[in-house]
Amino acid sequence: MQITSPAFKENARGALADPQLQRALGHVRSGFIDKRKVAVDALPEFDALRESARAIKDHTLTHLDLYLEAYERKVEEAGGRVHWAETAEDARAIILDICRASGARTVTKGKSMITEEIGLNAFLEKEGIRPVETDLGEYIIQLRNEHPSHIIAPAVHLNRDQVETDFRHAHTHLPEERDLSEPVALLGEAREVLRSQFLAADVGITGANFLVAETGSSVIVTNEGNGDLTQTLPKVHVVVASIEKVVPTLEDLSQILRLLARSATGQEMSVYTTLSTGSRRPNDPDGPEEYHVVLIDNGRSAMLGTEFQEMLRCIRCGACMNHCPVYHAVGGHAYGWVYPGPMGAVLTPALAGLDKAGHLPNASTFCGRCEAVCPMKIPLPKMMRHWREREFERALNPAVDRYGIKVWAMFARRPRLYRLATSLAMPALALVGRRKGAFRRLPLASGWTQYRDLPAPEGRTFMQQWRDRSVSGGAEI
Amino acid sequence: MNGRTAVLNKLRAALGVARDDEARTQAVAWRLAETPTGVVPARGRLPEKDRVALFCEKARQVSASVERVASIDDVPGAVSAYLRARNLPASVRMGTDARLKAMPWQTAGSLKVEPGPAGPQDEAGVSFAFAGIAETGTVLLYSGEANPTTVNFLPEHHIVAVDASDIAGDLEAALSAIRQAFGKGTMPRTLNLITGPSRSADIEQTLLLGAHGPRALHLIVIDGS
Repeated sequence: MQITSPAFKENARGALADPQLQRALGHVRSGFIDKRKVAVDALPEFDALRESARAIKDHTLTHLDLYLEAYERKVEEAGGRVHWAETAEDARAIILDICRASGARTVTKGKSMITEEIGLNAFLEKEGIRPVETDLGEYIIQLRNEHPSHIIAPAVHLNRDQVETDFRHAHTHLPEERDLSEPVALLGEAREVLRSQFLAADVGITGANFLVAETGSSVIVTNEGNGDLTQTLPKVHVVVASIEKVVPTLEDLSQILRLLARSATGQEMSVYTTLSTGSRRPNDPDGPEEYHVVLIDNGRSAMLGTEFQEMLRCIRCGACMNHCPVYHAVGGHAYGWVYPGPMGAVLTPALAGLDKAGHLPNASTFCGRCEAVCPMKIPLPKMMRHWREREFERALNPAVDRYGIKVWAMFARRPRLYRLATSLAMPALALVGRRKGAFRRLPLASGWTQYRDLPAPEGRTFMQQWRDRSVSGGAEI
Repeated sequence: MNGRTAVLNKLRAALGVARDDEARTQAVAWRLAETPTGVVPARGRLPEKDRVALFCEKARQVSASVERVASIDDVPGAVSAYLRARNLPASVRMGTDARLKAMPWQTAGSLKVEPGPAGPQDEAGVSFAFAGIAETGTVLLYSGEANPTTVNFLPEHHIVAVDASDIAGDLEAALSAIRQAFGKGTMPRTLNLITGPSRSADIEQTLLLGAHGPRALHLIVIDGS
């Protein structure tokens, strides 16, 4: 997809001024946070499971080549085929070949962020194959020719009335006077319309939440059942998965499953957790005759062994964006690519380039809620800070910012000079700001004062107060 | 160079490891062979009576309906009553599961049993679960003639019989039973862990039951077998 992350600032301004979007974003703030907390509080072992899951993923990542080979062996033993793709382009070509070989005209799709990442839908359409998204949220945004704004709730930026308009526009074979005023009517209509698509599709494409090396299984975790119909009814099932999805064993899978649904939607278990292994067996009355797995690197291996390796523990639950004040304010589309929120601010520069996505790791207050709720304990703020450092090293940020940072660094590296400067500046600012207690305007600080007042200092620096209190023997700071 | 070699070479270069590093190979072989257990919640570690009660409670919390019957012979009657109470046609789709076949379906009046995988016209399907999982109210089913996967997803009503003695405390115990049944490292084509009827919250975060899978999941727990 076209990346608009370079225009993050303009995107964000537009998002803040969009009343429909702001109304819809209210559902993120109210919908996810409380449910997650209830589910997490009900499981005393939650934190121990986070530690366990982190250790599993760290071990797997440092042995990733071997686990992928083991996984591949098991898939082939079970009658499946594994294809390896270095890049998005390779992956698209492999998937097209599989579709062509089966004479496919229509493919149904389960919800998958990796197929967004490789731009699969637009590519298949160009090649004359019709992709049909079957997850309700994905179906809605496909009708609107949009992209997901959230990794687990793709249409969270929309309101019910917008969906009604889209359905009336798309489903012209249905009576005009039908009542679609309740969400349940919209769901029912999508169910009816998509049933025939499930049955007619030649190929079903799903992502994978996990791949299990011990058994060669791909795992999808869903609530609607669309993923299962997608992978059960057509002749061919294609799993598209990035290489870091592999876990060693069924026990390891169990550990992480307990974190995923609780962190994502506040469920203890999603409705459908499905393990698929190979193709239809000799006496099976249903299931696909062919089973393909497309393993995609597309930039992951370049993160391994770097300060961004821990990002590869991500299980795409969405908890970080659900708890992010920046995401709450601007929504997912402002981030300008596939992955929004804090995880996107770390992943997008790695996968799409820091030159294009440099704004994203800067769009954080470093409040730390994302790291606090991350089930895989990924230090997201720390990694955003690494990106900021790299941006500075590579001189990618604007000259004014760089100059400011350099001035700051000069003082920060010279403590005496810093103390001298602050001990002169604080009393001066205190004197000037004495009457109102705050500044509405201040030279060089317009970035702050444009939106809020800067409180006036009291007159003494932190270091001065520290020294005084230490001398007077009071340890209570 | 093909994609496989290219990706694996990149991974090894990034990790700074050689292909034939003995210690790494052994670490991976050990984990795959020994399958060490991690943190298992205490919640499911209960005597059978309480475990079954927890299973029922958890399943109801996720909007499944649950009834308990004393014997396997009571299942056809329960299925028939379920359909009648909802004004559904007296017809069910089901596979060839021996436990289902052994039930006295002829005693359930005019109930028609359609054998084989499900199609889009089927309104109700009956399966026999391989296991239940108490910690989350989940049933575990696997593909095959006995319980075709389409029965789990196409009908609007999915009725699942589960033997109380097959209800495990936790996910690990249920998966380990699969491992015993199929042999280590071997799996059926599809393993379904089902926790409640299908749902979606994609429109304004409003949770609605009955998305693409069944609108209703009815569990029949068989106590005395």
